[in-house]
Amino acid sequence: MCLGIPGKILETFDSKGLRMAKVQFGGIVRETCLEYVPETAIGDYVVVHVGFAISKVDQEEAARTYRLLEEMGQLAELDAPPIGDRPKREELP
Amino acid sequence: MKYVDEYRSETLARNVTDEIRRIQTRPWVIMEVCGGQTHSIVKHGLDHLLPQEIELVHGPGCPVCVTPLEMIDKAHAIARRPDVIFTSFGDMLRVPGSEADLFAIKSQGADVRIVYSPLDCLKIARANPDKKVVFFAVGFETTAPANAMSVWQARKEGIKNFSILVSHVLVPPAIAAILQSPQNRVQGFLGPGHVCAIMGYEEYEAISSRYRVPIVVSGFEPLDILEGTLMTVRQLEEGRHEVENQYARAVEREGNRTAQDLVAQVFEVTNRKWRGVGAIPESGYRLRHEYREHDAELLFEVEKIDTTEPSVCISGQILTGLKKPHDCPAFGSPCTPQTPLGATMVSAEGACAAYYAYGRYMKSKIVAD
Repeated sequence: MCLGIPGKILETFDSKGLRMAKVQFGGIVRETCLEYVPETAIGDYVVVHVGFAISKVDQEEAARTYRLLEEMGQLAELDAPPIGDRPKREELP
Repeated sequence: MKYVDEYRSETLARNVTDEIRRIQTRPWVIMEVCGGQTHSIVKHGLDHLLPQEIELVHGPGCPVCVTPLEMIDKAHAIARRPDVIFTSFGDMLRVPGSEADLFAIKSQGADVRIVYSPLDCLKIARANPDKKVVFFAVGFETTAPANAMSVWQARKEGIKNFSILVSHVLVPPAIAAILQSPQNRVQGFLGPGHVCAIMGYEEYEAISSRYRVPIVVSGFEPLDILEGTLMTVRQLEEGRHEVENQYARAVEREGNRTAQDLVAQVFEVTNRKWRGVGAIPESGYRLRHEYREHDAELLFEVEKIDTTEPSVCISGQILTGLKKPHDCPAFGSPCTPQTPLGATMVSAEGACAAYYAYGRYMKSKIVAD
Protein backbone atom coordinates (compact mmCIF):
# COMPACT_ATOMS: atom_id res chain seq x y z
CA MET A 1 0.00 0.00 0.00
CA CYS A 2 2.93 2.33 0.58
CA LEU A 3 4.31 2.12 -2.94
CA GLY A 4 4.11 5.27 -5.02
CA ILE A 5 3.42 5.05 -8.75
CA PRO A 6 5.26 7.41 -11.12
CA GLY A 7 3.32 9.36 -13.72
CA LYS A 8 3.56 12.41 -15.99
CA ILE A 9 1.75 15.72 -15.36
CA LEU A 10 -0.35 16.44 -18.47
CA GLU A 11 -2.28 19.51 -17.28
CA THR A 12 -2.85 21.38 -14.04
CA PHE A 13 -6.04 22.98 -12.68
CA ASP A 14 -7.63 24.33 -9.51
CA SER A 15 -10.30 22.33 -7.68
CA LYS A 16 -11.92 24.00 -4.63
CA GLY A 17 -8.67 25.80 -3.88
CA LEU A 18 -6.44 22.71 -4.27
CA ARG A 19 -3.76 22.53 -6.95
CA MET A 20 -4.64 19.47 -9.02
CA ALA A 21 -3.36 17.79 -12.18
CA LYS A 22 -4.23 15.17 -14.75
CA VAL A 23 -1.44 12.64 -14.45
CA GLN A 24 -0.76 9.87 -16.95
CA PHE A 25 0.19 6.38 -15.73
CA GLY A 26 0.86 4.11 -18.70
CA GLY A 27 -2.49 4.13 -20.50
CA ILE A 28 -4.54 5.61 -17.63
CA VAL A 29 -5.04 9.27 -16.70
CA ARG A 30 -6.10 10.14 -13.15
CA GLU A 31 -6.68 13.27 -11.10
CA THR A 32 -3.81 13.93 -8.72
CA CYS A 33 -3.32 16.53 -5.99
CA LEU A 34 -0.11 18.57 -6.34
CA GLU A 35 -0.32 20.46 -3.02
CA TYR A 36 2.70 18.59 -1.58
CA VAL A 37 4.94 19.22 -4.60
CA PRO A 38 4.50 22.96 -5.21
CA GLU A 39 7.61 23.15 -7.41
CA THR A 40 6.19 20.92 -10.18
CA ALA A 41 5.00 21.92 -13.68
CA ILE A 42 3.38 20.35 -16.75
CA GLY A 43 5.66 17.70 -18.26
CA ASP A 44 7.28 16.79 -14.91
CA TYR A 45 7.23 13.23 -13.57
CA VAL A 46 5.96 12.70 -10.03
CA VAL A 47 5.59 9.73 -7.66
CA VAL A 48 1.90 9.47 -6.78
CA HIS A 49 0.46 7.72 -3.74
CA VAL A 50 -3.34 7.43 -3.28
CA GLY A 51 -4.01 10.43 -5.52
CA PHE A 52 -1.28 12.69 -4.08
CA ALA A 53 2.06 13.49 -5.66
CA ILE A 54 4.71 13.06 -2.95
CA SER A 55 7.96 13.72 -4.83
CA LYS A 56 9.40 14.62 -8.22
CA VAL A 57 11.46 12.10 -10.21
CA ASP A 58 13.24 12.14 -13.55
CA GLN A 59 11.78 10.51 -16.65
CA GLU A 60 14.16 7.55 -16.75
CA GLU A 61 13.52 6.70 -13.10
CA ALA A 62 9.77 7.04 -13.68
CA ALA A 63 9.80 4.66 -16.67
CA ARG A 64 11.87 2.01 -14.90
CA THR A 65 9.83 2.10 -11.69
CA TYR A 66 6.53 1.98 -13.57
CA ARG A 67 7.59 -1.09 -15.51
CA LEU A 68 8.72 -2.81 -12.34
CA LEU A 69 5.46 -2.09 -10.52
CA GLU A 70 3.60 -3.46 -13.52
CA GLU A 71 5.63 -6.69 -13.41
CA MET A 72 5.00 -6.99 -9.68
CA GLY A 73 1.23 -6.55 -10.12
CA GLN A 74 1.32 -3.46 -7.88
CA LEU A 75 -0.79 -1.13 -10.04
CA ALA A 76 -4.20 -2.36 -8.86
CA GLU A 77 -5.01 0.89 -7.05
CA LEU A 78 -5.23 2.65 -10.42
CA ASP A 79 -8.21 0.42 -11.27
CA ALA A 80 -10.39 1.90 -8.50
CA PRO A 81 -13.50 3.39 -10.10
CA PRO A 82 -13.23 7.11 -10.83
CA ILE A 83 -15.52 9.44 -8.90
CA GLY A 84 -16.76 12.28 -11.07
CA ASP A 85 -13.91 12.08 -13.57
CA ARG A 86 -13.73 9.29 -16.10
CA PRO A 87 -10.20 8.00 -16.70
CA LYS A 88 -9.26 8.14 -20.34
CA ARG A 89 -7.60 5.12 -21.90
CA GLU A 90 -5.00 6.59 -24.21
CA GLU A 91 -2.33 5.21 -26.46
CA LEU A 92 1.22 5.68 -25.27
CA PRO A 93 3.30 7.98 -27.43
CA MET B 1 16.30 -2.20 -25.06
CA LYS B 2 14.44 -4.17 -22.43
CA TYR B 3 16.89 -7.06 -22.69
CA VAL B 4 19.90 -4.77 -22.50
CA ASP B 5 18.43 -3.25 -19.31
CA GLU B 6 17.78 -6.65 -17.83
CA TYR B 7 21.26 -7.88 -18.70
CA ARG B 8 22.68 -4.74 -17.13
CA SER B 9 20.73 -5.12 -13.91
CA GLU B 10 21.56 -8.83 -13.69
CA THR B 11 25.26 -8.04 -13.94
CA LEU B 12 24.90 -5.27 -11.36
CA ALA B 13 22.98 -7.59 -9.04
CA ARG B 14 25.74 -10.17 -9.31
CA ASN B 15 28.38 -7.55 -8.57
CA VAL B 16 26.49 -6.56 -5.41
CA THR B 17 25.96 -10.12 -4.19
CA ASP B 18 29.63 -10.95 -4.95
CA GLU B 19 30.67 -7.97 -2.83
CA ILE B 20 28.41 -9.12 0.03
CA ARG B 21 30.04 -12.57 -0.17
CA ARG B 22 33.48 -11.00 -0.16
CA ILE B 23 33.02 -8.84 2.96
CA GLN B 24 30.76 -11.07 5.05
CA THR B 25 32.57 -13.01 7.78
CA ARG B 26 29.71 -14.17 10.04
CA PRO B 27 25.91 -14.62 10.01
CA TRP B 28 23.68 -11.54 10.17
CA VAL B 29 19.91 -11.08 10.49
CA ILE B 30 18.51 -8.11 8.58
CA MET B 31 14.87 -7.01 8.55
CA GLU B 32 13.18 -5.23 5.67
CA VAL B 33 10.48 -3.06 7.16
CA CYS B 34 8.24 -2.30 4.21
CA GLY B 35 5.66 -4.74 2.78
CA GLY B 36 6.53 -3.61 -0.75
CA GLN B 37 10.12 -4.69 -0.11
CA THR B 38 8.93 -8.08 1.23
CA HIS B 39 6.86 -8.58 -1.91
CA SER B 40 9.83 -7.72 -4.13
CA ILE B 41 12.22 -10.01 -2.18
CA VAL B 42 9.93 -13.03 -2.39
CA LYS B 43 8.87 -12.42 -5.99
CA HIS B 44 12.44 -12.07 -7.26
CA GLY B 45 13.92 -14.64 -4.87
CA LEU B 46 16.46 -12.06 -3.64
CA ASP B 47 16.98 -13.83 -0.32
CA HIS B 48 18.17 -16.86 -2.29
CA LEU B 49 20.77 -14.78 -4.13
CA LEU B 50 22.40 -13.84 -0.83
CA PRO B 51 24.90 -15.98 1.08
CA GLN B 52 23.05 -18.42 3.36
CA GLU B 53 24.47 -16.67 6.43
CA ILE B 54 22.63 -13.44 5.56
CA GLU B 55 19.05 -13.94 6.69
CA LEU B 56 16.34 -11.51 5.60
CA VAL B 57 13.36 -11.41 7.96
CA HIS B 58 10.13 -9.68 7.10
CA GLY B 59 8.92 -6.74 9.14
CA PRO B 60 5.57 -5.26 10.14
CA GLY B 61 5.33 -2.76 7.26
CA CYS B 62 2.05 -3.80 5.69
CA PRO B 63 -0.72 -1.44 6.87
CA VAL B 64 -3.53 -3.76 5.82
CA CYS B 65 -1.95 -6.58 7.82
CA VAL B 66 -1.41 -4.67 11.06
CA THR B 67 -4.83 -2.98 11.21
CA PRO B 68 -6.28 -4.59 14.36
CA LEU B 69 -9.27 -6.88 14.12
CA GLU B 70 -11.28 -4.61 16.42
CA MET B 71 -10.77 -1.71 14.01
CA ILE B 72 -12.07 -3.88 11.14
CA ASP B 73 -15.09 -4.73 13.29
CA LYS B 74 -15.64 -1.01 13.98
CA ALA B 75 -15.50 -0.34 10.24
CA HIS B 76 -18.06 -3.06 9.63
CA ALA B 77 -20.41 -1.73 12.32
CA ILE B 78 -20.32 1.70 10.66
CA ALA B 79 -20.63 0.33 7.12
CA ARG B 80 -23.81 -1.59 8.02
CA ARG B 81 -25.67 1.61 8.95
CA PRO B 82 -28.32 2.64 6.40
CA ASP B 83 -27.38 6.33 6.66
CA VAL B 84 -23.72 5.68 5.77
CA ILE B 85 -21.71 5.47 2.55
CA PHE B 86 -18.57 3.62 3.62
CA THR B 87 -15.46 4.21 1.50
CA SER B 88 -12.11 2.44 1.51
CA PHE B 89 -9.05 1.56 -0.51
CA GLY B 90 -9.68 -1.67 -2.39
CA ASP B 91 -7.28 -3.82 -0.39
CA MET B 92 -9.22 -3.40 2.88
CA LEU B 93 -12.43 -4.87 1.43
CA ARG B 94 -11.56 -8.53 1.66
CA VAL B 95 -9.95 -8.39 5.08
CA PRO B 96 -12.15 -10.53 7.31
CA GLY B 97 -13.49 -9.12 10.56
CA SER B 98 -14.97 -11.28 13.31
CA GLU B 99 -18.06 -12.01 11.22
CA ALA B 100 -17.66 -10.94 7.60
CA ASP B 101 -15.66 -8.80 5.21
CA LEU B 102 -16.72 -5.54 3.53
CA PHE B 103 -17.56 -7.37 0.28
CA ALA B 104 -20.05 -9.55 2.15
CA ILE B 105 -21.51 -6.52 3.95
CA LYS B 106 -21.87 -4.78 0.60
CA SER B 107 -23.65 -7.79 -0.88
CA GLN B 108 -26.09 -7.62 2.04
CA GLY B 109 -27.09 -4.14 0.86
CA ALA B 110 -24.65 -1.75 2.56
CA ASP B 111 -23.32 1.13 0.48
CA VAL B 112 -19.58 0.31 0.39
CA ARG B 113 -17.44 1.98 -2.26
CA ILE B 114 -13.80 1.60 -3.31
CA VAL B 115 -11.98 4.89 -3.77
CA TYR B 116 -8.63 5.68 -5.35
CA SER B 117 -7.94 8.75 -3.21
CA PRO B 118 -9.45 10.14 0.01
CA LEU B 119 -10.31 13.28 -2.01
CA ASP B 120 -12.81 11.11 -3.93
CA CYS B 121 -14.76 10.83 -0.68
CA LEU B 122 -15.26 14.59 -0.60
CA LYS B 123 -16.85 14.39 -4.05
CA ILE B 124 -19.14 11.64 -2.81
CA ALA B 125 -20.00 13.70 0.29
CA ARG B 126 -20.84 16.80 -1.77
CA ALA B 127 -23.06 14.74 -4.09
CA ASN B 128 -24.86 12.96 -1.21
CA PRO B 129 -25.66 15.61 1.42
CA ASP B 130 -28.30 13.38 3.05
CA LYS B 131 -25.77 10.58 3.72
CA LYS B 132 -22.79 10.31 6.06
CA VAL B 133 -19.66 9.50 4.10
CA VAL B 134 -17.01 7.64 6.10
CA PHE B 135 -13.49 6.83 4.89
CA PHE B 136 -11.41 4.01 6.40
CA ALA B 137 -8.13 5.90 6.96
CA VAL B 138 -5.57 3.11 7.20
CA GLY B 139 -1.88 3.34 6.50
CA PHE B 140 1.64 4.34 7.43
CA GLU B 141 3.25 7.78 7.13
CA THR B 142 3.06 7.59 3.32
CA THR B 143 -0.74 7.70 3.36
CA ALA B 144 -1.13 10.18 6.23
CA PRO B 145 -0.64 13.35 4.12
CA ALA B 146 -3.46 12.29 1.77
CA ASN B 147 -5.83 11.47 4.62
CA ALA B 148 -4.89 14.65 6.48
CA MET B 149 -5.63 16.75 3.41
CA SER B 150 -9.10 15.22 2.99
CA VAL B 151 -10.08 16.24 6.54
CA TRP B 152 -8.40 19.64 6.31
CA GLN B 153 -10.25 20.36 3.05
CA ALA B 154 -13.59 19.10 4.44
CA ARG B 155 -13.24 21.49 7.39
CA LYS B 156 -12.25 24.37 5.10
CA GLU B 157 -15.24 23.77 2.81
CA GLY B 158 -17.62 23.05 5.70
CA ILE B 159 -18.43 19.53 4.49
CA LYS B 160 -20.12 18.22 7.64
CA ASN B 161 -21.11 14.78 6.34
CA PHE B 162 -17.55 13.49 5.91
CA SER B 163 -15.58 11.66 8.58
CA ILE B 164 -12.68 9.23 8.77
CA LEU B 165 -12.13 6.10 10.83
CA VAL B 166 -8.46 6.50 11.72
CA SER B 167 -6.14 3.51 12.08
CA HIS B 168 -2.82 5.14 11.28
CA VAL B 169 0.45 3.54 12.36
CA LEU B 170 4.05 4.76 12.42
CA VAL B 171 7.22 2.89 11.49
CA PRO B 172 9.87 4.16 13.99
CA PRO B 173 7.99 3.07 17.17
CA ALA B 174 7.53 -0.40 15.65
CA ILE B 175 11.26 -0.68 14.95
CA ALA B 176 11.97 0.40 18.53
CA ALA B 177 9.47 -2.17 19.87
CA ILE B 178 11.17 -4.96 17.90
CA LEU B 179 14.60 -3.91 19.22
CA GLN B 180 13.35 -3.73 22.82
CA SER B 181 11.98 -7.28 22.73
CA PRO B 182 14.15 -9.69 24.78
CA GLN B 183 13.88 -12.25 21.96
CA ASN B 184 14.97 -9.83 19.27
CA ARG B 185 17.18 -11.33 16.53
CA VAL B 186 17.33 -8.37 14.15
CA GLN B 187 20.78 -6.77 13.79
CA GLY B 188 20.18 -4.33 10.94
CA PHE B 189 17.25 -2.78 9.07
CA LEU B 190 16.37 -1.82 5.52
CA GLY B 191 14.36 1.35 6.13
CA PRO B 192 11.11 2.04 4.24
CA GLY B 193 11.84 4.21 1.17
CA HIS B 194 8.48 5.81 0.51
CA VAL B 195 7.70 6.41 4.19
CA CYS B 196 11.01 8.29 4.38
CA ALA B 197 10.20 10.22 1.18
CA ILE B 198 7.51 11.89 3.32
CA MET B 199 9.01 11.87 6.82
CA GLY B 200 12.73 12.02 6.09
CA TYR B 201 15.03 9.92 8.26
CA GLU B 202 16.07 12.12 11.19
CA GLU B 203 13.88 10.05 13.53
CA TYR B 204 15.73 6.89 12.50
CA GLU B 205 19.06 8.39 13.52
CA ALA B 206 17.96 8.44 17.17
CA ILE B 207 16.96 4.75 16.98
CA SER B 208 20.15 3.76 15.23
CA SER B 209 22.36 5.38 17.85
CA ARG B 210 20.25 4.37 20.88
CA TYR B 211 20.08 0.67 19.91
CA ARG B 212 23.43 0.64 18.08
CA VAL B 213 21.85 -0.78 14.94
CA PRO B 214 22.46 0.09 11.27
CA ILE B 215 19.46 1.36 9.30
CA VAL B 216 19.75 1.78 5.53
CA VAL B 217 16.84 3.58 3.87
CA SER B 218 16.17 1.52 0.75
CA GLY B 219 13.98 1.46 -2.32
CA PHE B 220 11.91 -1.56 -3.31
CA GLU B 221 13.42 -2.53 -6.67
CA PRO B 222 15.55 -5.70 -6.64
CA LEU B 223 18.81 -3.78 -7.02
CA ASP B 224 17.81 -1.28 -4.32
CA ILE B 225 17.22 -4.11 -1.87
CA LEU B 226 20.49 -5.86 -2.70
CA GLU B 227 22.42 -2.58 -2.43
CA GLY B 228 20.67 -1.74 0.86
CA THR B 229 21.63 -5.20 2.14
CA LEU B 230 25.26 -4.68 1.09
CA MET B 231 25.39 -1.30 2.88
CA THR B 232 23.88 -2.88 6.03
CA VAL B 233 26.29 -5.84 5.99
CA ARG B 234 29.21 -3.46 5.48
CA GLN B 235 28.17 -1.45 8.56
CA LEU B 236 27.72 -4.62 10.61
CA GLU B 237 31.09 -6.01 9.58
CA GLU B 238 32.81 -2.69 10.35
CA GLY B 239 31.01 -2.32 13.68
CA ARG B 240 29.24 0.89 12.62
CA HIS B 241 25.64 1.82 13.38
CA GLU B 242 24.41 4.74 11.29
CA VAL B 243 21.52 5.73 9.11
CA GLU B 244 22.51 5.60 5.45
CA ASN B 245 20.39 6.41 2.42
CA GLN B 246 20.50 3.95 -0.45
CA TYR B 247 17.39 5.55 -2.02
CA ALA B 248 18.79 9.07 -2.47
CA ARG B 249 17.04 9.50 -5.82
CA ALA B 250 13.69 9.68 -4.00
CA VAL B 251 14.50 10.41 -0.33
CA GLU B 252 16.06 13.46 1.33
CA ARG B 253 17.06 13.64 5.00
CA GLU B 254 14.37 16.18 5.88
CA GLY B 255 11.62 14.51 3.80
CA ASN B 256 8.66 16.46 2.42
CA ARG B 257 8.16 19.34 4.90
CA THR B 258 4.96 20.59 3.28
CA ALA B 259 3.34 17.20 3.83
CA GLN B 260 4.73 16.87 7.37
CA ASP B 261 3.30 20.28 8.32
CA LEU B 262 -0.24 19.41 7.26
CA VAL B 263 -0.07 15.99 8.93
CA ALA B 264 0.99 17.69 12.18
CA GLN B 265 -1.89 20.17 11.92
CA VAL B 266 -4.51 17.44 11.55
CA PHE B 267 -3.15 14.43 13.47
CA GLU B 268 -1.48 13.85 16.83
CA VAL B 269 0.50 10.85 18.05
CA THR B 270 -1.38 8.23 20.08
CA ASN B 271 -0.99 4.65 21.33
CA ARG B 272 -2.08 2.05 18.77
CA LYS B 273 -2.67 -1.68 18.71
CA TRP B 274 -0.98 -3.60 15.90
CA ARG B 275 -2.61 -6.77 14.65
CA GLY B 276 -0.43 -9.72 15.57
CA VAL B 277 1.98 -7.59 17.62
CA GLY B 278 -0.20 -5.92 20.27
CA ALA B 279 -0.16 -2.42 21.73
CA ILE B 280 2.84 -0.19 20.97
CA PRO B 281 3.02 3.15 22.82
CA GLU B 282 2.87 6.32 20.69
CA SER B 283 2.85 4.26 17.50
CA GLY B 284 0.06 5.89 15.52
CA TYR B 285 -2.01 8.95 14.74
CA ARG B 286 -5.45 10.11 15.79
CA LEU B 287 -7.31 13.24 14.75
CA ARG B 288 -6.62 16.36 16.79
CA HIS B 289 -9.44 17.71 18.96
CA GLU B 290 -10.16 20.54 16.48
CA TYR B 291 -11.12 17.92 13.89
CA ARG B 292 -13.36 15.81 16.14
CA GLU B 293 -16.47 16.46 14.07
CA HIS B 294 -14.76 14.43 11.34
CA ASP B 295 -13.79 11.56 13.67
CA ALA B 296 -15.96 8.54 12.78
CA GLU B 297 -14.97 6.65 15.93
CA LEU B 298 -16.59 9.39 18.06
CA LEU B 299 -19.52 10.13 15.73
CA PHE B 300 -20.71 6.54 15.50
CA GLU B 301 -19.84 5.58 19.08
CA VAL B 302 -17.85 2.49 18.19
CA GLU B 303 -14.97 3.15 20.63
CA LYS B 304 -16.16 0.34 22.88
CA ILE B 305 -15.89 -2.45 20.30
CA ASP B 306 -13.01 -4.61 21.54
CA THR B 307 -12.28 -7.86 19.74
CA THR B 308 -9.64 -10.44 20.61
CA GLU B 309 -7.74 -12.22 17.89
CA PRO B 310 -7.96 -16.03 17.51
CA SER B 311 -4.65 -17.40 18.76
CA VAL B 312 -3.61 -20.16 16.30
CA CYS B 313 -1.87 -17.58 14.14
CA ILE B 314 1.86 -16.86 14.67
CA SER B 315 1.83 -13.60 12.69
CA GLY B 316 3.12 -11.64 15.70
CA GLN B 317 6.31 -13.69 15.66
CA ILE B 318 6.58 -13.34 11.87
CA LEU B 319 6.07 -9.55 11.98
CA THR B 320 8.84 -9.20 14.56
CA GLY B 321 11.29 -11.42 12.69
CA LEU B 322 11.22 -14.41 15.06
CA LYS B 323 9.60 -16.88 12.64
CA LYS B 324 9.09 -17.43 8.92
CA PRO B 325 5.70 -18.19 7.31
CA HIS B 326 6.52 -21.88 6.70
CA ASP B 327 7.28 -22.31 10.42
CA CYS B 328 3.52 -22.07 11.02
CA PRO B 329 1.56 -25.35 11.05
CA ALA B 330 -1.49 -23.55 9.63
CA PHE B 331 0.40 -22.05 6.64
CA GLY B 332 -1.16 -23.21 3.36
CA SER B 333 -3.80 -25.28 5.15
CA PRO B 334 -6.11 -24.08 6.56
CA CYS B 335 -4.60 -20.57 6.32
CA THR B 336 -4.58 -19.21 2.74
CA PRO B 337 -5.14 -15.76 1.15
CA GLN B 338 -8.77 -16.84 0.60
CA THR B 339 -9.23 -17.98 4.21
CA PRO B 340 -6.66 -15.99 6.19
CA LEU B 341 -6.31 -16.67 9.91
CA GLY B 342 -4.33 -13.55 10.66
CA ALA B 343 -2.38 -10.44 9.84
CA THR B 344 0.35 -11.64 7.49
CA MET B 345 -1.99 -13.59 5.18
CA VAL B 346 -4.67 -10.89 4.70
CA SER B 347 -2.86 -8.67 2.20
CA ALA B 348 -0.64 -9.36 -0.82
CA GLU B 349 2.10 -7.38 0.95
CA GLY B 350 2.01 -9.62 4.01
CA ALA B 351 4.88 -12.08 4.36
CA CYS B 352 2.63 -15.18 4.45
CA ALA B 353 0.57 -14.10 1.43
CA ALA B 354 3.77 -13.33 -0.52
CA TYR B 355 5.24 -16.76 0.35
CA TYR B 356 1.95 -18.39 -0.63
CA ALA B 357 1.65 -16.50 -3.93
CA TYR B 358 5.14 -17.48 -5.01
CA GLY B 359 4.83 -21.13 -4.06
CA ARG B 360 7.10 -21.17 -1.01
CA TYR B 361 5.53 -24.06 0.83
CA MET B 362 8.79 -25.79 1.50
CA LYS B 363 11.27 -25.00 4.21
CA SER B 364 14.22 -26.15 2.11
CA LYS B 365 16.27 -23.45 0.47
CA ILE B 366 16.14 -23.27 -3.31
CA VAL B 367 19.55 -22.91 -4.88
CA ALA B 368 19.67 -19.65 -6.79
CA ASP B 369 21.75 -20.75 -9.72
